[in-house]
Amino acid sequence: MPQRALPYLLLLPATLFLLVFFLYPFVQIAVLAFSDGQSFTLEHFQTMVGHWKFPATFWNTILLAAIVVPIQLVMALAMASVVMRLKTGRNTILYIFTIPLGLSDLAAGIIWLAIFEQSGFLNSLLVSLGIVGKPILFLGYQNIWVIFIAVVLAEVWRATAIVMVILVSGMGLIPKEYYEAAEVFGASPWQRFRKVTLPMLRPSLQTALILRTIAAFEVFAVVVALGGTTLPVLVGETYNWQFNLRDPNVAAAYALVILAISIAATLVYLRVLRVPKGATI
Amino acid sequence: MTDVASNDQPQAVAEVSRAGRFVFVAGTVLMCAWVLVPIYLLLVNALSSPAQVTGFPKTGLPGFDFGSLQFFIGFSGVAKALWNSVLVAVLTMVFAIGIGAPAGYALSRFDFPGKSAFRLLVLMTRAFPLPLLALPIAVMFIQVGLDDTPIGLALVHTTLAIPFAVLITFSIFSGIPVELEEAAWTLGCNRAQAFQRVVLPLVLPGIAASAIFAFTISWNEVFAASVLTVQNRTLTAFLLQSLNVSPLHLKFAGGAALVVPALLFIFAVRKYLFAMWGIANR
Amino acid sequence: MRNTKKTLAGALLAMTALIGSANAQVLFWSNQAVPVEETQKMREQVLKGFDGVDFQAQDPGPFITRIEAEAKAGSGAIGVVGALHGELSTYPDDWMDLSDIDLGAVKPSPAFMELGKLGTSEQKYLPWMQANYVMAANKQALQYLPEGADINALTYDQLIAWAKNMAEQTGSPKFGFPAGPKGLKHRFFQGFLLPAFTASEVTKFRSPEAETAWNKFKELWQYTNPASTNYDFMQEPLLTGDVWVAFDHIARLGEAFNQKPDDFVAFPAPAGPKGRAFMPVLAGLAIPKWAPDPAKSKELVKYMMQPETQVATLLATNFFPTTDAPLPADLPASARALGPAVATMTSAPDALPALLPVGLGDLGGQFNQAYTDTFERIVLGNQDVRQVLDQQAEVLRKIMVDAKAPCWTPDAASEGPCPVE
Repeated sequence: MPQRALPYLLLLPATLFLLVFFLYPFVQIAVLAFSDGQSFTLEHFQTMVGHWKFPATFWNTILLAAIVVPIQLVMALAMASVVMRLKTGRNTILYIFTIPLGLSDLAAGIIWLAIFEQSGFLNSLLVSLGIVGKPILFLGYQNIWVIFIAVVLAEVWRATAIVMVILVSGMGLIPKEYYEAAEVFGASPWQRFRKVTLPMLRPSLQTALILRTIAAFEVFAVVVALGGTTLPVLVGETYNWQFNLRDPNVAAAYALVILAISIAATLVYLRVLRVPKGATI
Repeated sequence: MTDVASNDQPQAVAEVSRAGRFVFVAGTVLMCAWVLVPIYLLLVNALSSPAQVTGFPKTGLPGFDFGSLQFFIGFSGVAKALWNSVLVAVLTMVFAIGIGAPAGYALSRFDFPGKSAFRLLVLMTRAFPLPLLALPIAVMFIQVGLDDTPIGLALVHTTLAIPFAVLITFSIFSGIPVELEEAAWTLGCNRAQAFQRVVLPLVLPGIAASAIFAFTISWNEVFAASVLTVQNRTLTAFLLQSLNVSPLHLKFAGGAALVVPALLFIFAVRKYLFAMWGIANR
Repeated sequence: MRNTKKTLAGALLAMTALIGSANAQVLFWSNQAVPVEETQKMREQVLKGFDGVDFQAQDPGPFITRIEAEAKAGSGAIGVVGALHGELSTYPDDWMDLSDIDLGAVKPSPAFMELGKLGTSEQKYLPWMQANYVMAANKQALQYLPEGADINALTYDQLIAWAKNMAEQTGSPKFGFPAGPKGLKHRFFQGFLLPAFTASEVTKFRSPEAETAWNKFKELWQYTNPASTNYDFMQEPLLTGDVWVAFDHIARLGEAFNQKPDDFVAFPAPAGPKGRAFMPVLAGLAIPKWAPDPAKSKELVKYMMQPETQVATLLATNFFPTTDAPLPADLPASARALGPAVATMTSAPDALPALLPVGLGDLGGQFNQAYTDTFERIVLGNQDVRQVLDQQAEVLRKIMVDAKAPCWTPDAASEGPCPVE
């Protein structure tokens, strides 16, 4: 059996595929960020960084991801644990929890706009309960932090299912014997969770966090739906430079920034959540 | 063992477990409500008349006005677009799993030079905004003849779905002890048979999860679909992007209509997420 | 199970070879009539008299990307492009010369035909349809008009007083403005606010009169619903009652009049010290040089210019004809309300037309962004007006020099790039 070649053979289809459909177009675009038609130049990055909106754009994106991802992690772990504990109705509850997966982020933005807008459901509820006399303007540009919270809520609602599905598919692998053994030794549910579930879930945690964080850096449709022009984020500015300002070089620069922070986050996760090398051949 | 317990112990344990159960049930109900209420509100608006959708205060009850939904059903070309979306999504699923699962297996079982580079390549795919890549891809497709074909679009969607397929199957394979395969080898199976009989059933939840992601990613993708298909448009290219600038009541009806097929697919696949729960118990 | 999976995959692959066949239809690639109802009407009413056309309306991103991809590849599927003057002028080299289309008795407006040349000697596009920007008010707001104000001849000061009355007496701001990401706010600043105070679009960008203009707008903004930064189409907030008085493109106000015709009135934009400035919207039809069937594309363009088609287009999109096509008596409520408002504005004694930018090419987007940035910095960000105007004037100056674009109405013609004083 050709042992040495086997991993490369297994990897071959994926590698070829990504080379043709990703790497080749990517190089064409990435080059734009560094060139002006003839020579290497950093002026596009300078334009990008010097633009008055850049700091807000950058930090909004990072802050959003930093708040949303941990919340989603906790919620997804809770949801996954609930689903594992249930005996009756488990498939139904699992299905309910995964419903948001089927929604595009555009649709999620529309839904949460319907909740938060001035004549929306939240205001209708507050007014009919008599808590406020007139509808509150939640999404005005003066209270950016309220828009921020609305975006966090909408994103947590929409994308937690992604983390949960990955964790659930990993949780099912943990043999019941480990839990039973822990119970015999008097471990509380919380201790069982910390000492059995979490460590054994490491590979899935790593995958889920990496994928979710990368996606969080690309948040866009929900922010536009709820915040309009007041909450700039990296992908929004990429679009703006590419399609409104017709400057593909600066757009490429923005895209490379997104790529850079995604790689940085990935490296952090790979280090912190190292998957044990037990299963090697 | 039951007779040894003193008088207080059974009661204390029963109280704790009752309180614990109450918290558990309440927590579950809360989480279900959290997910379902916004979906319900979407349906309310989708089934209300335009006047109700723009009215205030909202009652929270659907008006049972089917006008908005009827508009979409009657929108010429919807059926064909729907079929194209399904076709592309299914192709994406097949390609993504077919290409991604072997890679996930290789990543988890073998240690070889180039492993980290490959992982990074896979992840970079997700980290770069697709709308920028759409331009060179479209040029490539027009020149090669893949322009405006479902298979061409499916290939682009597969690129988006491969990271999920590779990494999820990787994390599942990493949780399956290699001893199981080795045991199968000692019992006379060759490598491929061992894989097929022992490992594959165990990795079913990972495949199910990858399938869900591949399907929903392809189903909901708008930009590449709008650029790469012209006469064989998918539903999102045909409809979704126009929703954003359409009147409010149609936004909701359209959003609701787009969600349904994805929900049906997840419903069909949900038990495979748990397929091996019984097996792990043995 | 894996066997059935394999046969299924095989069958699908076989089928995909069959599907994906091209037909002999002309692809009408447009970024107008994007709202679903308008697209439906375009397909079912406007284009039903033409055999073999596929109308596809897009968001700006895919719209541009596809055109650029086809231009780079040198071939493609697009037969006719329908877009605004601003977008068509970005790619003047991509369009065929349409001078040889025989329009017969149809006479498009000469001013628009001139714009359609995009500064060259060829007819790069034919004017498809036109629109304008007006104001709309909920009838409830009329009681708060200041003394002696004629709604069809308001000044900016009267508008501000009106907005102030409404805000103070109803307890919440009731003026609305399309400051959302897809809102057409830049056209307001280029064609309405600035010319009304400075009689110029570009040259007097940082003059003292411009400073006055921005200060007046800041004052108006105090009485504007802050959710305006979310509004792209003012018809929605008008319908929900969040806003009582709004400024917007007529196609984005139409739905309000159609759904509740008795609740709203339309009237011209206000006048400043230099006049009642307005900027028309012009959409055009162009044929890409690489179109697969140029003869059929030209037929389609000719069809779109016919009187019946122009009227049908009005009914579908709320955009008015660019030719002298006679309008029927039974128009929908939106056209009946908005048409007269536009006419009153364009024929007012103090009317001051400001034209769409010409000759900016690629830099049209950056030109618009300069005005939007000025708005965001002065009004939303509360930065010092003089400082922002000076800095943005530099940006504008660089754009005009890079584009080598001479001045256009209302600025006086210039030799070389339009100067920013």
